[in-house]
Amino acid sequence: MYAQMIKSEATQDDPEKLATFQARIDAGEKIEPKDWMPAGYRKTLIRQIGQHAHSEIVGQLPEGNWITRAPTLERKAILLAKVQDEAGHGLYLYCAAETLGVSRDELTEMLLDGRMKYSSIFAYPTLTWADMGAVGWLVDGAAIMNQVPLQRTSYGPYARSMVRICKEESFHQRQGFDIMMKMANGTEAQKRMAQDALNRFWYPSLMMFGPSDKESVHSEQSMAWKIKMNSNDELRQKFVDQTVPQAEYLGLTIPDETLAWNEEKGGYDFAEPDWSEFFDVLKGNGPCSVERIEARQKAWDDSAWVREARLAHAAKKQAAKVAAE
Amino acid sequence: MTKEWPLWEVFIRGQHGLSHRHVGSLHATDAAHAIQNARDVYTRRKEGVSIWVVPAADITASSPDDKESLYDPADDKVYRHPTFFDIPDDVGAM
Ligand SMILES: [Fe+2]
Ligand SMILES: [Fe+2]
Ligand SMILES: [Fe+2]
Repeated sequence: MYAQMIKSEATQDDPEKLATFQARIDAGEKIEPKDWMPAGYRKTLIRQIGQHAHSEIVGQLPEGNWITRAPTLERKAILLAKVQDEAGHGLYLYCAAETLGVSRDELTEMLLDGRMKYSSIFAYPTLTWADMGAVGWLVDGAAIMNQVPLQRTSYGPYARSMVRICKEESFHQRQGFDIMMKMANGTEAQKRMAQDALNRFWYPSLMMFGPSDKESVHSEQSMAWKIKMNSNDELRQKFVDQTVPQAEYLGLTIPDETLAWNEEKGGYDFAEPDWSEFFDVLKGNGPCSVERIEARQKAWDDSAWVREARLAHAAKKQAAKVAAE
Repeated sequence: MTKEWPLWEVFIRGQHGLSHRHVGSLHATDAAHAIQNARDVYTRRKEGVSIWVVPAADITASSPDDKESLYDPADDKVYRHPTFFDIPDDVGAM
């Protein structure tokens, strides 16, 4: 998902405190910033929320790529609003992470020097306008699958930021599907572009949910802490079941010859993505991995003077105010 | 590395007649800047008619450890709730 392969941190706390903490979570209580929490819970959450926030921020880049080249002024305004929402999502999540005792600058630095990751999906390029449709439809669609249950996560600030985010996501997915409808019902060339975008984004979208349950060994503790609400395979299945009929509606073909309805399980059978590709992308070897971090680094460096000047200006104003009193 | 911008807590009045509610926090260098940022971050869809910003450092919060001493005294004063009193049905709505 936006937070992939989050390893839950071991915790060596007082067993009695741990038991009380777990009982609170089991009772559905929310944990708030000043409450006692196991060190492992805090650390795991910083990593998970931080990675989620970074994904929202880096996720602006593949879509930002098309703002100046949107086909109409209306599409441009819509895409701009969508990308601005993603900036907002990043900010809500950074604030939630900060309540756990990490600073905003530390988070940014950890992204830039590779200690923290962002979702594998944003390491892929957006080559045509149809990709804006595929990203909204599939990528935001997959994100919604994961974010809706996270509204019930045990950490209060995280849950509340998820509520805000979920309110905004449905616009994202619908604007993407709207682009896909237009393209899929357009000229032959437009239809080909739509199909090509689906072909390229299908497997990377399936990867968003993370490796198969058989391989993700870190889930158990996170599930008990209610910071992971569903298993990777469960959400991936749900996503496929929801998306296949939508592709049929568009008259597009899911690039998977093995895809078939399985009456018994009441869902589709489908091919797994290439997991070696996923692990490679996560290591920073995606087609756009270098470019993405370079863009973030440039934005961080180029805006350093703004961060400094703003502070200097506020200090000057404050001094003048004190002098006048 | 330069100093980080201070943290502000943001409160928004959703509609006329309602009280302000905490919606989240943000970083800004002064109050006017915090209001501007709050507008962009928290009210992109007309979520409010009024914004308050407060420096996070100026908020004093009760400690979770004080829960008992702060709230337990209310436990034995159930008569503060109207349901404590049995009013016969014959009296009508009260
Ligand atoms: Fe988002
Ligand atoms: Fe997104
Ligand atoms: Fe989104």
